Amino acid sequence: MAADEIATGPKLKIEPMEQFVVSPIFGDGPVNWYTPTNVTLWLFIAIVSIVLLMVLTTRGRAIVPTRGQSIAEVIYSFVRGMIVDITGEGGLKYFPYIMTLFLVILFTNVLGLVPYSFTVTSQIAVTGLLAMAVFISVTVLGFVKNGTKFLKIFWITEAPLALRPILALIEVISYFVRPVSHSIRLAGNMMAGHAVIKVFAGFAAVLAAGTPLGIGLIAPVGAIMAVIGLEVLVVVIQAYVFTILTCVYLNDALHPGH
Amino acid sequence: MENAIAGADLIKMGALIGAGLSATGMGGAAIGVGHVVGNYLSGALRNPAAAGGQTATMFIGIAFAEALGIFSFLIALLLMYAQ
Repeated sequence: MAADEIATGPKLKIEPMEQFVVSPIFGDGPVNWYTPTNVTLWLFIAIVSIVLLMVLTTRGRAIVPTRGQSIAEVIYSFVRGMIVDITGEGGLKYFPYIMTLFLVILFTNVLGLVPYSFTVTSQIAVTGLLAMAVFISVTVLGFVKNGTKFLKIFWITEAPLALRPILALIEVISYFVRPVSHSIRLAGNMMAGHAVIKVFAGFAAVLAAGTPLGIGLIAPVGAIMAVIGLEVLVVVIQAYVFTILTCVYLNDALHPGH
Repeated sequence: MENAIAGADLIKMGALIGAGLSATGMGGAAIGVGHVVGNYLSGALRNPAAAGGQTATMFIGIAFAEALGIFSFLIALLLMYAQ
């Protein structure tokens, strides 16, 4: 075609989704459930950093905390305050689970911002598993704690009687959509931000080769820096949102009447 | 031969148009998130003392509004790359 003959400069070749491919660390055979992949590697790095931060720095139990210990204490009291705010003191029994969720999501998100790293939470398989775990445990907990009274969350007594069956139908649907939106929100946000950075990186590659002295590089590199600044905010907020929605669902299970 | 369009090209074209259309859904999410934060701010400036307690509620509202935009973004990505 004519367009190919005209375009003599460097080709614009952008593959933003390439960074999300799960591949084995050793060799390039098929990926089975036991194959060590880049997901395994980065999940392992995240867990090692969590242990380093939360266990090793607080080992001294200093009255005047060191730098590492005060970071660990801030994270701890932040999650504790979140649970008390939303579910009340009764929710503190489930603190270990919620703290684990928050730390794993926060650390995998933040490690995903390191160049050439892999974002574990951009995989819907990972976030879907986390969301299904929350959904199943919260549902089981609701029935164990309240018996059949748990079904009251679908029957809204404040509404007029004629509207209640329709509202109940909507509530049932929205209850079962919870794990879907819970998982896709996290994976989608991670995927979107990283894909945007990759698209700007593709522009940078073209402009570096296509302009004198690579002067055109300034615009896309500046844009990448701005987007990374935004991404730092987004990864922390998404970890917060995932955790706080877990607390909201937990609150529904513990106090279904409200 | 010139006007024979390959079926694969036609499918690709349709998929890309569909991806563009579904990406417009994110505009709705943007309006929703802006509405939530704007109303939070206007309330918070009237009564700053009560603002701190409602930050968590604001983030939950943002999360619900944003999830729907992410759905449409996901459809766009699937149409563009998952064929």
